[in-house]
Amino acid sequence: MTQSSKFLVIGIGNEYRHDDAAGLVVARRIKERAPGGCEVYEHIGEGTALMQLWKYADRVLVIDAVRSSSPAATIHCVEASRHPLPAGVFRDSTHAFGLVEAIELSRTLKELPSSFVVYGIEGENFKAGIGLSPPVQNGINKLLEKVWQQVEMHSPARYGRTCE
Amino acid sequence: MNNKTIKVDYLARVEGEGGLYVKLRDGKVVDVKLRIFEPPRLFEAFLRGRNFAEVPDITARICGICPIAYQMSSVHAIENAFGIKVGDQVRALRRLIYCGEWIESHTLHVYMLHAPDFLGYQDAIQMAKDYASVVQRGLQLKKAGNQIVTLLGGREVHPINVRVGGFYRIPSRAELAPLTERLKWARDAALETVRWTASLPFPNFEQDYLFVALRHPEEYPLNEGRIVSNEGLNIAVEEYDKHFVEEHVRHSNALHSALVGQRAYFVGPMARYNLNFDRLSPLARQAAQEAGLTSVCHNPFKSILIRSIEILYACDEALRIIAGYEPPESPMMNIPVCASSGCGCTEAPRGILYHRYRVDHSGTILDAKIVPPTSQNQKIIEQDLSQFVPKFLAMPEAELGWRCEQAVRNYDPCISCATHFLKLEVDHE
Repeated sequence: MTQSSKFLVIGIGNEYRHDDAAGLVVARRIKERAPGGCEVYEHIGEGTALMQLWKYADRVLVIDAVRSSSPAATIHCVEASRHPLPAGVFRDSTHAFGLVEAIELSRTLKELPSSFVVYGIEGENFKAGIGLSPPVQNGINKLLEKVWQQVEMHSPARYGRTCE
Repeated sequence: MNNKTIKVDYLARVEGEGGLYVKLRDGKVVDVKLRIFEPPRLFEAFLRGRNFAEVPDITARICGICPIAYQMSSVHAIENAFGIKVGDQVRALRRLIYCGEWIESHTLHVYMLHAPDFLGYQDAIQMAKDYASVVQRGLQLKKAGNQIVTLLGGREVHPINVRVGGFYRIPSRAELAPLTERLKWARDAALETVRWTASLPFPNFEQDYLFVALRHPEEYPLNEGRIVSNEGLNIAVEEYDKHFVEEHVRHSNALHSALVGQRAYFVGPMARYNLNFDRLSPLARQAAQEAGLTSVCHNPFKSILIRSIEILYACDEALRIIAGYEPPESPMMNIPVCASSGCGCTEAPRGILYHRYRVDHSGTILDAKIVPPTSQNQKIIEQDLSQFVPKFLAMPEAELGWRCEQAVRNYDPCISCATHFLKLEVDHE
């Protein structure tokens, strides 16, 4: 007997703002070998569009660059289905209605998927330009490993489920 | 109480990073600064050395909320440089995609960013606890705008189908048809939005503004028109640099714009409305009148109502364009590349957005100038605050700070755009 399940991996970022592309880089690498049933997206991070994207998903994994007081390449992980994102880490989005707001509004409207994990990697350089800064470039593989573990663990294909 | 400093370190519910500082002495504002501290984006420098064909896609990255505006101003500027003009149906498709952006950008601002202020909520999340169905209406209305942009632009954020000379691919009538039912619903939802925002409590605050917008002989302006004001300005886009200047001020990473020899000016929906009321569709004009507006409005707090009217207009206009659409023979024109310079000015959701490019014989960008609407509104925002704060000094300080932020949000500032290149600080003295 098969059970349908929707699993999304969403890398958020802006290609033209150096370390802000980190989420996109991870998403691209995941997409190269994503298992069946795992949908991978690159996204700019506009909040209402994110809400539409994950509205009917069962599991969501988001990757984004963040800017707080932690050293560059520090990796943060939050189970957003259980806890709000810590303001000091994920606050600094230049979107007026970004990831943090999208998660909380989804929660308020009872539309937040039951499993929702957010990974943030601390960026160093968010100025206009292409390419990750050296510390983030060096740290991206560690983040990729953590994300990949989650993908392998929760992919519907692993349990013989099919996705619609 | 008459000597104080109002300080907002980090403005909430605006696109980008900015703060606010107001200093009062003896009940008068002696200093006001809209602080833009988001790092300069340096896009103008970034574009040098790139091929002209890359410009629409690169400039779209300046803003995640109004990428179409950047694409439209850039293609118009480069087409102006090369001396070409697109045909009527491509022109119509450009108006249609711009309608999509107006719908989604204005709706985001009305429902998610500004309405909470009027209803006393910290943000849309708190508002949604009591107004869930209203917020859902806003989300679905924004989605309708996104659907237009996705269909014509290839994706809803940073569209990929816009190019100099037209589009990479154009839709058939059959591909556009499904939008019709969606937009009919959206038009009804937009009318509800007008009625809802008309019921919001507006502070009594009117100012004598110098409005600047595009004006077209026949249409409510989106992509084309002359640049006009309510005080006699009436110039071709090519004359922009003779009449407008940019200057750097210490407290802002975004250049301030000014009309040469004139006072601070105001761009955006309220300016468009005041200068083009007669160009709105009959439905939008009627809705405005039923909402208690006349053809002029000088209360910036009613910008949320005017944005709602523009959402309604955009839905109406989108339906009109789809009904009359006939696919052109080709999605794009040939581009006669030559050493030249050109400029373009279109009406971004927040106001006129001016681009100018100089290219060499191979089409490489030699220099670029991009003047976003929020840059142009910085002075008028500061002026509003200097007039607003003394009138409401009796308010508790926390509330006064919030009202100042609300006043800034009247302009739906996109600080990210302004620095492509609200901590409100109240100083008691």
